[in-house]
Amino acid sequence: MKIRCKFQKTDHLKFIGHLDVMRTFQKIMRRADLDIQYSAGFSPHQKMTFATPLGLGAVSTGEYMDVELGNCPSKQELIDRINAVSVPELAVLDASLLPDDAKNAMSLIAAADYEVRFREGKGPEDAARFFDDLVRFYEAPEIIVTKSTKKNQVEVDLKKQIRKLKAENGVLFMQVDTGSASNLKPELVLSTYFDSIGREFAPTDVEVKRTELYGEGEEGLKPLLEFGNPEF
Amino acid sequence: MKKLALSDEILLSVEKPSRYIGQEYNSYNKEFNEYPVRVAFCFPDVYDIATANLGMQIIYEQFNRRPDAMCDRVYSPWIDLDRIMREKQIPLFAVESQRPVRDFDFLLITLQYEMCYTNVLQVLDLSGIPLHSEERTEEDPIVIGGGACAYNPEPIAAFFDVLYIGESETRYDEMVEVYKKAKQDGLSRTEILKQLANLEGLYVPRFYDVTYREDGTIASFSGIVPDVPEKIRRQAADMRDDTLPYPMKPIVPFTRGMMDRATLEVMRGCIRGCRFCQAGMIYRPTRNRSLDFLKKAAVSMLESSGYEEINLSSLATSDYSDFAELTEFLIPYCNAHKINVGIPSLRIDAFSLDVMDKIQDVKKSSLTFAPEAGSQRLRNVINKGLTEEEILSGAAEAFKGGWRRVKLYFMLGQPFETDEDVKDIAVLSDKIARVYYETVPKEKRQGRVEITPSTSFFVPKPFTPFQWAKMDRPEEFLRKAHLLKDTLKEQLNQKSISYRYHDEVQTELEGLFARGDRRVSAAIEAAYRKGCIFDAWSEYMKPELWKEALAENGISLDFYNYRERSVDEILPWSFIDVGVHPSFMKQEWENAKNGVVTPNCRENCSKCGAARYPGGVCYENQM
Ligand code: SF4
Repeated sequence: MKIRCKFQKTDHLKFIGHLDVMRTFQKIMRRADLDIQYSAGFSPHQKMTFATPLGLGAVSTGEYMDVELGNCPSKQELIDRINAVSVPELAVLDASLLPDDAKNAMSLIAAADYEVRFREGKGPEDAARFFDDLVRFYEAPEIIVTKSTKKNQVEVDLKKQIRKLKAENGVLFMQVDTGSASNLKPELVLSTYFDSIGREFAPTDVEVKRTELYGEGEEGLKPLLEFGNPEF
Repeated sequence: MKKLALSDEILLSVEKPSRYIGQEYNSYNKEFNEYPVRVAFCFPDVYDIATANLGMQIIYEQFNRRPDAMCDRVYSPWIDLDRIMREKQIPLFAVESQRPVRDFDFLLITLQYEMCYTNVLQVLDLSGIPLHSEERTEEDPIVIGGGACAYNPEPIAAFFDVLYIGESETRYDEMVEVYKKAKQDGLSRTEILKQLANLEGLYVPRFYDVTYREDGTIASFSGIVPDVPEKIRRQAADMRDDTLPYPMKPIVPFTRGMMDRATLEVMRGCIRGCRFCQAGMIYRPTRNRSLDFLKKAAVSMLESSGYEEINLSSLATSDYSDFAELTEFLIPYCNAHKINVGIPSLRIDAFSLDVMDKIQDVKKSSLTFAPEAGSQRLRNVINKGLTEEEILSGAAEAFKGGWRRVKLYFMLGQPFETDEDVKDIAVLSDKIARVYYETVPKEKRQGRVEITPSTSFFVPKPFTPFQWAKMDRPEEFLRKAHLLKDTLKEQLNQKSISYRYHDEVQTELEGLFARGDRRVSAAIEAAYRKGCIFDAWSEYMKPELWKEALAENGISLDFYNYRERSVDEILPWSFIDVGVHPSFMKQEWENAKNGVVTPNCRENCSKCGAARYPGGVCYENQM
């Protein structure tokens, strides 16, 4: 059975890299004594995939992984058993049962929600005003930046990749393209604005929090969890 | 959520910030303020190396299981963070409580290898604790050293208030009791140290003085305050006791460290008595853990950690009395749970090959032999009870079973070594290759046999029969390594043999620290002040600065490394009674000179003196 788990990675766990999160979950599955399935072959590994890595330093309440279990307990029991053998900062929040032919989270992913705040003692004095100005800057019809890839440099229009953008009480909310087709990092949204006002952007000045990941469903964006059955 | 000692900005600017945040699964995370006795336990190297250490996990468990103590962990900040902490004057902290080290009652530092000595100074310095014991005040923790290097504590004695000569299980609980009572009674630091000095195994260097003769050797070693013991008696645990502390629920680091696995210590000590081996002497007698305990511990560790590998650890696992029963239990359990079983230090014979065959995931990667010397003559000198016959027949068995890679470990520079012995390493390597072609028919060969001999340079260690030996100079080491290389080129199967040798840069210093006396400490401090840390990491070791530090402090390697000591000399570590009697060492040194083999403890007890400790091999035949 394929199960999609939504989990959080908060507080100090922001200092744990993606590879280590994967390894940690592999151990958690074993500690929870779940019937996780293994790939065949010479060095079998657990059938477990993650939607998309989160940068070091960012926190999240909207991370996803898909796991394949032989026998699966009820949803509540599954969540309880995992969380009983994890740390609270790396806890499963919800889960859904996927159809057998479901695409994995990684290939579905189309967009993500982020919240951005300045860290304590960092950034402009009036963060609320700063973010308001930023939102206004992005009201322009197009915002072209040059992205350097491994091979060459390409011009992209950030406006096409930003789906939503608003500021509230010193917190910047954004929904942006995420995934292999089109991908925008929240840091680029910030640094482009910083550049436009002639200031330097220090990535460690802000804390980025991912709050949701979406896939493209038949009727538009849908949180990844909703691609499966919430009852099991 | 605890506030971290380092800001996000700093943590995000250093390599692997997870080294500094604690919070690992199965860590105790005891509240600092709720316990009368607070112990900061330090492994003076980077987190990734340190977390793999079983001794550290045992001590962590030992203190934390007490209701009146909390034990937190301290590591050497890596070079990048070290620089930042100095610049911003951030005091060194323990990872779980994130409290400054200086706030603790004890700072315990484990000394697992000599090359960590400048890191000890780094830890003290960053903590804001004066480097010298006499300069410390009531505000400072009591700084205690332990572990294998504490058996010759003199080169670092100045930096420690106490050095513990023994296994942690034996005396640390009593130490906590004494300390608690002393605190209640309002005793001063010096008075507390006096009480600790009277616990068996605890050595307080500042209560002793050393005088020297004109030729530089020691004239006398004696107590300078009343009522301190003349000799420090090494402490050893009775391993039959299944209630000894053990990490039944080991801490699981987030970041993959050196060892991403559970460690099961099946026994302590070794019956074999190789004459170069310090562990083989200072952990005498060989003491088994009970089979029952090991089964329980293995399951508990694996279930509570989720590790995919368990390692059986000891100096010679095949010598564990219930080895067959243990593997009969462990291998099916691990196979069923897709857990890998690692058994290093196995003697290669039909039985162990059979065991390895049963381990599901064993990749027949490579077979390991440690003959340590190339010729039978030299193997007799060092008392390595492994014959050419055993190596060749073990290899033949293995080749038949589908193995074709063989690692061989040797040492260069052992006492009484001749060029012929060195060349014999090449000859032996070639013989093993020949065995492969003789035993495996052409159609069954999956490629060429791969023989990988490697050599390290021998460093004489205290409390071994070779403690009096003269060490080879670096030029001599290199000459021998090249001689071996050239001889390998003359062998029939030279294409199947690839030789590696370890760097010699650290060897000289290791030799100095291993057998140094109190005068060496000034040079260590000077080297640290010049910027030496992480000397165990060859890429960070700074030989030039060390050379300066030694010269400025009048430390002559000729004196410490390159002369044979007389058996009548007072050695810097002579005040320690390690259990194995000095007369046994002398007799073994004589036997080495004459190439006489001494039987192992199970064949015939040599009455070495270690029988004073209970629960070991010495009593096996009397039970
Ligand atoms: S007393 Fe005998 S059996 Fe015991 S450790 Fe010494 S030599 Fe071995």
